Amino acid sequence: MSAAGAGRFGGMTIRLILVGVFLGIVFTKAEVISWFRIQEMFRFQSFHMYGIIGSAVAVGALSLLVIKKLGIRTLDGAPIEVEAKKSAGANYRYWMGGALFGLGWGLLGACPGPIYALIGNGITVLLASLGAALLGTWSYGWLKPHLPHH
Amino acid sequence: MAFLEWISQPWPWYVAGPLIGLVVPVLLIVAGQPFGLSTSFEDICAAAFPARPELLRRDWRQGAWRIAIVVGIIFGGFLAGTFLQGPSEVAIAASTRADLAALGITDFSGLAPRELFNWGALGTLGGFLIIVGGGFLVGFGTRYASGCTSGHAIMGLSNLQVPSLIAVVGFFVGGLTASWLLLPVLL
Repeated sequence: MSAAGAGRFGGMTIRLILVGVFLGIVFTKAEVISWFRIQEMFRFQSFHMYGIIGSAVAVGALSLLVIKKLGIRTLDGAPIEVEAKKSAGANYRYWMGGALFGLGWGLLGACPGPIYALIGNGITVLLASLGAALLGTWSYGWLKPHLPHH
Repeated sequence: MAFLEWISQPWPWYVAGPLIGLVVPVLLIVAGQPFGLSTSFEDICAAAFPARPELLRRDWRQGAWRIAIVVGIIFGGFLAGTFLQGPSEVAIAASTRADLAALGITDFSGLAPRELFNWGALGTLGGFLIIVGGGFLVGFGTRYASGCTSGHAIMGLSNLQVPSLIAVVGFFVGGLTASWLLLPVLL
């Protein structure tokens, strides 16, 4: 976890903003930020969202394989290490947290990246959703010691 | 202008999906970081919220790189919405359209139904629960699950992580419940 820490502005920040701009455009043009598309997905009435997630995973997995095989390094020359989240106990945090997240995703029709992209698209009421999501994160922080995780 | 018109059409899944997948290696190579967008919620809380729990007691500048991506996404959404406007309606399946119409949706223009996603809707119980309640659950759930659609469904599955598969199944259990059971009551 070296490269992009505190105090590294300039070139790195600009590159990361550009990655974000790219994502914002793709999210919008692929309509993955559309509430209609999310309802369609959860009703299994179109292949669109499944095709996007599936092909994104295929490209991501293949890329990780290539990075590992060829020992590709970061632009700074550091080795690339991808930590894997490990299965632990009953995995409460993954299925319970996942189900709560999914409940919100199904209602709002937007997950975190799309919330930001929708705000950029001028659907400003998503600012209220973003504020609520921050409050949700803050609330989780307080409840964390009392929730089952493993 | 033919090119602009061409990319202004909605992008098919086999173009958009691989492009999103490419962000996995790009972020690793550019920043040495795994793809994931929801930790930005923690960064913003760490920067802006009072009475922070331990999870959020850190120097927000450590997450400044994630905030840079988020700023980019907002700007990218603005650019696409302003300069690459396609057809006014999202071409969802006829069956979805019929189902949503049966739930009372009448306006199918735009990315999200205007009758629901406007500031006035916050004054209705259903609108408040969908816009604010949904947002709260997204923020709470993603930090509890330690990842969202990008971190688990894309990065985590690409990395063949069992916890991410569990989380994605959880996403669908929650999403199906919301779409099939809750929305018919709330809309």
